[in-house]
Amino acid sequence: MKIRLENVVKTFETFRAVRDVSLEIESGELVALLGPSGSGKTTILRMVAGLEYADGGHIYFGDQDATDIPVRDRGVGFVFQHYALFPHMTVAENIAFGMKVSRVKREKAAIEVRVTDLLRLVRLEGLGDRFPAQISGGQRQRVALARALSVDPKVLLLDEPFGALDANVRHDLRRWLREIHRELGITTIFVTHDQEEALDLADRVVILKDGHIIQQGTAEDVCRNPQSAFVMKFLGDANVLAAEVRDGRAYASGAAIDVFGMADGKAELYARPADLDWSAQGPGIPASITRVLDRPDGRRVLATAETGEQLEFDVEPERGLKAGDGGFVTLRRAKVFAL
Amino acid sequence: MSATPKRRKPPRVGDGPLFRRLLIGIVLVIGAILILAPLLIIGVEAFSKGWAVYRDTIIHPDTLHAIGLTVFAALVAVPVNTAFGVAAAWSITKFDFRGRRLLLVVIEIPFSVSPIVAGVAYLFVYGLQGIFGPTLDEYGIKILFAIPGIILASMFVTAPFVARELIPLMQAQGRDLEEAATSLGASGWRTFFSVTLPNIKWALLYGVVLCNARVMGEFGAVSIVSGNIRGQTNTLPLHIELLYHDYQAAGAFAASSILALIAVFTIIAKVALERQGAGRVRSSATRPALVANPAEKTS
Amino acid sequence: MRRNVLPGLRLSLGVTLLYAGLIVVLPLAALVFKAASLGPEDYWRIVSSTRALASYRVTVLCALGATIFNLFFGLALAWVLTRYRFPGWRIVDAMVDLPFALPTAVAGISLTALFTTNGWFGSILADLGIKVAYTPLGIMIAMCFTSLPFIVRTVQPVLEDLDPALEEAAQSLGGSDWTIFRKVILPLLTPALLAGVSLSFARSLGEFGAIIFIAGNQPMSTEITALLVFIRLEEYDYQAAAAVASVLLVTAFVMLALTNWMQSRALRYTVRN
Repeated sequence: MKIRLENVVKTFETFRAVRDVSLEIESGELVALLGPSGSGKTTILRMVAGLEYADGGHIYFGDQDATDIPVRDRGVGFVFQHYALFPHMTVAENIAFGMKVSRVKREKAAIEVRVTDLLRLVRLEGLGDRFPAQISGGQRQRVALARALSVDPKVLLLDEPFGALDANVRHDLRRWLREIHRELGITTIFVTHDQEEALDLADRVVILKDGHIIQQGTAEDVCRNPQSAFVMKFLGDANVLAAEVRDGRAYASGAAIDVFGMADGKAELYARPADLDWSAQGPGIPASITRVLDRPDGRRVLATAETGEQLEFDVEPERGLKAGDGGFVTLRRAKVFAL
Repeated sequence: MSATPKRRKPPRVGDGPLFRRLLIGIVLVIGAILILAPLLIIGVEAFSKGWAVYRDTIIHPDTLHAIGLTVFAALVAVPVNTAFGVAAAWSITKFDFRGRRLLLVVIEIPFSVSPIVAGVAYLFVYGLQGIFGPTLDEYGIKILFAIPGIILASMFVTAPFVARELIPLMQAQGRDLEEAATSLGASGWRTFFSVTLPNIKWALLYGVVLCNARVMGEFGAVSIVSGNIRGQTNTLPLHIELLYHDYQAAGAFAASSILALIAVFTIIAKVALERQGAGRVRSSATRPALVANPAEKTS
Repeated sequence: MRRNVLPGLRLSLGVTLLYAGLIVVLPLAALVFKAASLGPEDYWRIVSSTRALASYRVTVLCALGATIFNLFFGLALAWVLTRYRFPGWRIVDAMVDLPFALPTAVAGISLTALFTTNGWFGSILADLGIKVAYTPLGIMIAMCFTSLPFIVRTVQPVLEDLDPALEEAAQSLGGSDWTIFRKVILPLLTPALLAGVSLSFARSLGEFGAIIFIAGNQPMSTEITALLVFIRLEEYDYQAAAAVASVLLVTAFVMLALTNWMQSRALRYTVRN
């Protein structure tokens, strides 16, 4: 099912949560809505579900205008942030609920078979008789997913699906959700504030800020070509240096980089820790090392430039750097945004 | 652009306009009959024989004496029960000891026992047929059919009121603040007055208001232990009964109007105290048994 | 068990135990002692006398009727107060506590005035051939009045705290309003409803002041158990009073235990493994 949002607007009291958002999601696509809190991502998801109504604009499911269709008739599967499992029903009863209450009457036996299938799909065989309070967070998450899938939704919507879980459970479930998506091919939208989660999981990442779409594209698109300082900062650690653009080149305290087509003037240079390197001799940004942090996958070096700016970069574990060393920070690559 | 009206909410369960209006209508009508009308009729009946009868009833020496006795009973019973409520809440919420749950049940008992049972029970302690009655009589001490009996029965009936308001609140607040204060060297009393009390003052006040309303209005238990002696052991509710059975309905309602005013004041105080941020006050004394409180932590 | 570091255990527990012992336990023990001194045969004769049995019957049946009425009306009232906003809802919310704040004797004479054959409502009902005051119906109305807040105030907070996502989840799965109410909301309210029902029922069983004015108090038909105790006292039949009062006392204990048991049972699914 293809989904199209057209100039969607939503205001709560005086707070404008979503301002004029247009977005197309292809059938079978897995899309992440990524943004900080208050960016409107959850509101968009809830409007697609029909849990909120848009104040303006339209939402289309295929060719049908779904803007005013209430949630119970919209045919979406929704996984809530805290799962919203019915606490007084067992896992199996939770999963069967949608099939039991639907207007499409189903045989009792057929429902049981489907529940068993779904339990297998989410790898919870044998836990059907437990109550939600008796299983772990990760298991609850999977029950919520099975329950949402039970009614054969046209669209699957997940609100911060892994938000409430431990880091390692989160990692496993991420891979597993991707597999299920591949298996079922269902159009899926999920909301997250975790960049890594969005980048790892989604076919396309939609980055939101203050109710606007700031940038969208594949993980590669948004990582390699961030179009604003906000996206650059939001997607990961970044060093910021004051820079000046002159004649197609940006200069920042001892380092320079080509920037084609940028107007002259003040700018900011952004570089990821992996975009910087260290050398004992120039040229580069003169700096002295203040601390070296050892991590399982390398060493993070904290340095202070002569201009007083704080820099962080990663080096191979073999490099014998230590606090107090003087030298130069060199630029491998960087992004420059005009101020 | 969209023709849809602004700020619409998707309907929640029961939000259908017809159902909603119907339900509100039914509830308001029944509420008016069952709750509002009894309050209104007090005023209507009290003045049915005119202002003069109303005034004469209120300033009649027997009425004034009943008011005085009722206020006196409240002045003794309420502070004593407040002290008890605070002590009970402190011991139950700040310490773990064997029999804590049993103690909770004991505190709860007066709340579920008929006031008539309470009255009879006191008869068998201090009455001539009771345990201490004969001995007390020898020394000429009169408890039953006298003011001490009225106060004791009132104390029984309202014993749980303050504790019921405080225990859930103090349970939820935990012990961290008090432990921090103690670790900083504050004495027990100091800790209570400067750390605990500010956090529970509104709930405490509400418990006191409720306790007071009930002491002043108690009828069943007091009617057994008081002896109903006009001008001596008649509290206001008993005086109302007396007037009513004397076929002085207007007088009975006139006396009732005083108690109804106290009731209305109690409700206004409740609303005001809730506004003061005693959010937990809401569930009040009609909350399910403390012992069954699912929020209670068993440590 | 963690070690107690806070001061004041001795004092606060001492005061609590002393007071609870003297004010609550001692009188009830005296009552039980008095009732027990009767001996089983006499005791049984008194508590199973026809007049006593008739009083239990009218008390229990009226309490049952009042509780069932309040179950529906209390739930509707709690629902209206939490789900809908209409002009004056705050006043309605505050008024729910009136039966709790208004002295029972005052409530008793007011309800009687309203429901006698020439009262506001009594006259209308009399035209329809329904007599309320001085009949069991009157007892029921008095019980409805005094026990209403119990159900409203136990259900209301639970309804307020109900996670809206549960309802939304049920809606997204295609449930109709009625289905969601029956299968999701009602089961979650059940513990509170049961608690409210048992409190309301217990209160109705023991109620005295509000009832005696409207009841008519005819032995065998409109005489409640609490009144029978009172009458036995007036007849100076202290042993009979003790025996019948002990029945009320035991009932109260049973109700208290039942409330706790039902609550813990209804909440069993929240217990982790």
